[in-house]
Amino acid sequence: MSNQSATITEAPKTAQLPRTSIVTLTVNGEQRSLRIAPWTTLLDALREYLDLTGTKKGCDHGQCGACTVLVDGKRINACLALAVMVDDREITTIEGLTKEGSATPDGLHPMQAAFIEHDAFQCGYCTPGQICSAVGLLKEGHAHSREDIQELMSGNICRCGAYPNIVDAIEDVKNHQPDRA
Amino acid sequence: MNPFTYSRAGDLDEAVREISDNDRAKFIAGGTNLVDLMKANVMHPTHLVDITRLGLSAIEETEEGGLRLGSLVTNAETAYHPQVAERYPLLANAILAGASPQLRNMATNGGNLLQRTRCYYFYDTATPCNKREPGSGCSALNGHNRIHAILGTSEHCIATHPSDMCVALAALEAVVRVTNRYGERAIPFADFHRLPGDTPHIDANLEPDEIITAVELPPRGFSQHFKYLKIRDRASYAFALVSVAVGLEMEGDTIREARLALGGVAHKPWRNLEAEALLVGNPANRETFKRAADRIVADARGYGSNSFKIELARRAVVRALNEAAK
Amino acid sequence: MTTNYIGKPTNRVDGYAKVTGGAKYAGEHNVPGLTYGVVVSSDIARGRISRIDASEALKLNGVLEVFTHENRPSLPWFDRNYQDQDQPPGSPFRPLYDNEIQFSQQPIALVVAETFELARYAASLVKVQYVREPHGTDLRAIQGQAYAPSKGKPSWKKPRPRGNAAQGMEQSIFKIEGRYDHAAEHHNPLEMHASTVVYEPSGKLTVYDKTQGVPNSQKYISRIFGLSKAQATVHAPFIGGAFGSGLRPQYQLFLAVMAALQLKRSVRVTLTRQQMFSFGHRPATIQRFELGADAEGKLQAVVHEAIQETSQFEDYTENVVNWSGTVYQCDNVEPTYKLVKLDTYTPLDMRAPGGATAMAAYEVAIDELAYAAGIDPLEFRLINYTERDPMQDLPYSSKELRACYRQAAERFGWSNRRPEPRSMRDGNELIGWGMATGIWEAEQKPAMAKAVLTADGKLTVSSATEDIGTGTYTIMTQIAAETLGLPLENVTFELGDSSMPEAPLQGGSWTAATVGSAVKSACLEVQKRLFEYAGSMPDSPLAKADADGVVFADGRIHLKHYPTIGVTIQDVLRHSGVDRIEEEVTTLPDMLRQKKYARFTHSAVFVEVKVDEDLGTVHVTRVVTAVAGGRILNPKTARSQVLGGVVWGIGMALEEESVLDHQFGRFINHDLAEYHVAVNLDVPPIDVIFVEENDTVVNPLGVKGLGEIGVVGTPAAIANAVFHATGKRLRDLPITLDKVM
Repeated sequence: MSNQSATITEAPKTAQLPRTSIVTLTVNGEQRSLRIAPWTTLLDALREYLDLTGTKKGCDHGQCGACTVLVDGKRINACLALAVMVDDREITTIEGLTKEGSATPDGLHPMQAAFIEHDAFQCGYCTPGQICSAVGLLKEGHAHSREDIQELMSGNICRCGAYPNIVDAIEDVKNHQPDRA
Repeated sequence: MNPFTYSRAGDLDEAVREISDNDRAKFIAGGTNLVDLMKANVMHPTHLVDITRLGLSAIEETEEGGLRLGSLVTNAETAYHPQVAERYPLLANAILAGASPQLRNMATNGGNLLQRTRCYYFYDTATPCNKREPGSGCSALNGHNRIHAILGTSEHCIATHPSDMCVALAALEAVVRVTNRYGERAIPFADFHRLPGDTPHIDANLEPDEIITAVELPPRGFSQHFKYLKIRDRASYAFALVSVAVGLEMEGDTIREARLALGGVAHKPWRNLEAEALLVGNPANRETFKRAADRIVADARGYGSNSFKIELARRAVVRALNEAAK
Repeated sequence: MTTNYIGKPTNRVDGYAKVTGGAKYAGEHNVPGLTYGVVVSSDIARGRISRIDASEALKLNGVLEVFTHENRPSLPWFDRNYQDQDQPPGSPFRPLYDNEIQFSQQPIALVVAETFELARYAASLVKVQYVREPHGTDLRAIQGQAYAPSKGKPSWKKPRPRGNAAQGMEQSIFKIEGRYDHAAEHHNPLEMHASTVVYEPSGKLTVYDKTQGVPNSQKYISRIFGLSKAQATVHAPFIGGAFGSGLRPQYQLFLAVMAALQLKRSVRVTLTRQQMFSFGHRPATIQRFELGADAEGKLQAVVHEAIQETSQFEDYTENVVNWSGTVYQCDNVEPTYKLVKLDTYTPLDMRAPGGATAMAAYEVAIDELAYAAGIDPLEFRLINYTERDPMQDLPYSSKELRACYRQAAERFGWSNRRPEPRSMRDGNELIGWGMATGIWEAEQKPAMAKAVLTADGKLTVSSATEDIGTGTYTIMTQIAAETLGLPLENVTFELGDSSMPEAPLQGGSWTAATVGSAVKSACLEVQKRLFEYAGSMPDSPLAKADADGVVFADGRIHLKHYPTIGVTIQDVLRHSGVDRIEEEVTTLPDMLRQKKYARFTHSAVFVEVKVDEDLGTVHVTRVVTAVAGGRILNPKTARSQVLGGVVWGIGMALEEESVLDHQFGRFINHDLAEYHVAVNLDVPPIDVIFVEENDTVVNPLGVKGLGEIGVVGTPAAIANAVFHATGKRLRDLPITLDKVM
């Protein structure tokens, strides 16, 4: 321990890092260019480089689903995707859903509106991932019962325990707005 | 995660060339396991070859009447493919019992075969692990080994293979098609994964410069009598403590052909041909099932917190056979 | 009246922000020039760092600094500088203080770099050599070292025996004795702990922290870094769950502030999921009960012992053994509470601390005694029902537990239950029905709030409290709008800013009561001013009215008995000539009145499970819970609170366990793949009933709080249902399939 205020350690910067390059991502219909190295995940690219912090980091290891986004319409975990690998894909985040499905006066996607109506969240941190996952789920078309929805939403952990309301919200959209789902 | 360079292979030759020229290069497709392990500082490739644009993404019939699953087809596409769902429901069910919808949308068939163990100690660089760092020791032997192996273990490693899909592929006697710079070869599924022995750091009999191009399913899919039973610590989104894949051919109440593979119990999907032989020609009843189950667990060994798996595996085999025979 | 909002199901006012991704959490405030800190954690549980070498990390272009105990700035090191509002007695952990390692995953360095990826890589290059010392992390093995703590946290009540338990046991006809263990658990809020420190050119710090108390975090960094309230403000407008993990300032806050001050740069430190297992947890607990009842099933004796873990450096205490002497009538109670020091971080309050632990065991023991006496478990509890708190010898401010039992039992269909274990079956599955009682304190703390009404008729109320998902934003908005008779959309409630009027930590289920009372009080002050202005308006129809004779509703002030006679609030403001009315209040609980009563929230939980007899798997298939929690401000968010608690109860009963590997003294299943929390498919339909309960004592709003109650009775109800299904009495949580089969 030093007795004075610490001095900033100066060391010769000799080590080599991988080169960055310009990668263009199509996010929510817009082309966004960013300078990144290959080690930047799609999740970090969205949150730290594009300031799209709606997509959440809950574990960074594919174990919680908070980072769920849609890539070419399919739900994936953005934390395990490298941004350089999805440069020619259509990426939709929670911010894009609002625009994409704006059916309500406040511009909300029906799934977003249903989540509010059914109180399908508490702290809100898993919510964007739940909503993107739910939109992906209905597009997939494999959920035929409440139990199917539960199984196919089990990749999205909600630590607040809003699960019954989440399933209610999804059923609501599935049953009443099949064309929008 | 360490720095690495990245390239996107345009065709199979280029991919094989790139991997052959660099012994610290790895292929990446779905990335669900590799990126995870790189973040955990367990794997350290310095170059990644993106193989997602190689094609290899078709599901088509083979000349023999089986099905060829391209290695880059995602797990989800495979499970929901009409041919797979209809002819190989055992495989579809096994895939859908694994991971989450998001992960299944990313993960590819080739990658599923190569996923690495979920052993706590393998993942935690603060602890010794022979698989991660050969010669450092196995922390699981005397540690918390709830999720560890009871069959085919060695004093060097008691890790399990975590895949569900592979358990079904083992039961179906799939063949793994691989390409290297000299050409192609086929690996019977039983020979693909390895037991830990004294080289637990090597999971599979795949050379570092080889690429999986397809998994071929033989014509017989056991679509009438099958069961994939997965037992885990919560209802979904958890790895198997024990899983059982069963395919039966029945003639009345008599078993004519039997395939049986277990997951969560060994370093590879576990088959016991003697146990399968005990089923064939016998009536599908509890006695027969128990005999087969007893034969499988006769060789099992527990290490403390996983010892319950011996009895669990026995019961799971009986249950799965019973359900499949219905 | 359209501006009556209290008691009406109301959508969350922060819902839009949360479903659109607009809500920004601690690690999401991006500013130009932000740098990233990644924490290096200790590999060992106990010993010393003999060498720490950051040279490889520092060679990387873009790595700004690696802070360790060797180069950290000189800071005050007295314990008192590291105090916080939820601190147990002892010596709080001081990050990077010296080379001593006190627990596995202790933060030992902070690497700061221009990008997150670079900081993460550089952190992997820091080489550390340790001198290992033997660690003790096995509670069962060293429980012989248990001692009775002489003091505890301020909320801790020293257990008090009453009567003569030994004699009571002797007189009992029916007796049970048993040991009940439960594992350590980690909070694991989905948002990992993070702090973003924005360094402004003036040197002022704007800190976004994941905390359940911005005043707590603000005071903590002020004392350590010598910052005035103006030099550093702490903000937490959104918190991605906490459940207690944010009750103490965690080390990422210290590290981020330290780095920002040293580097004169904005810094963000976000912990990894693995590091979320490096600080507080619900302590593993060993409990023992001896219970006795007479021939009629009346409790004659309760002997309750609990041994809990704490750290080497603090005496963390919970109210565990106190609950068994509180729930039912019994004259002979002998509670014993002891601690064992382990080489881990200090445990930390986790949703219903102490209560969840105690009741998960006690309500199983009660079930055992009911079976021993041959009495239906619900009937047994009614036999031992108490109308007076036996612990404090006080009447209850209100207690509708009997109604909870009745309504929940009816909804569940309890009367159709066959009492014998293994008597209900569905194919391979045994069906079990179990029930339990839940209880939690209904507290009110002092709090401040400010209300500002502007000429445009918009009301802004603020208090430095939090909304960790509890619905604070929404219920405070409802209270304020109804008090002043304004439309909900004209009212904004602000929280999570240390420059706002102070509120206590958000925890203990007291926020609705505490901050709600302050909000109401501030709005009543604004009412008074408005009424004065209204009376002095020219030709005021209210000139002769008294304050008691008017009502604030629908944007108007009107006579109670002649609603058509009145003025609009807009007109009052216009005529008064003021552009704003601002009132700040401090609300204190009415201690004189409150101390004459015992104040609790109660619940009854009924659960159905299906157990696969061969494979040991347990699925909860149905839950009915009735809660007597005083006045329900918002049935929609209130139901969610209880749902969440029940889901926690399912996790605690069946899944959650932080496994300490004693080879390394380390929580080894430190991720969300292997630390199992409930997933969607684990959770059945949950029927929540709010039993009407009027309480004029607990606080002016009559609310009791709902944050903890859902988790308290659920684990025991599940364990009891598993017994009913299988005939196996499982006393150790979690009830994993290996224990069942």
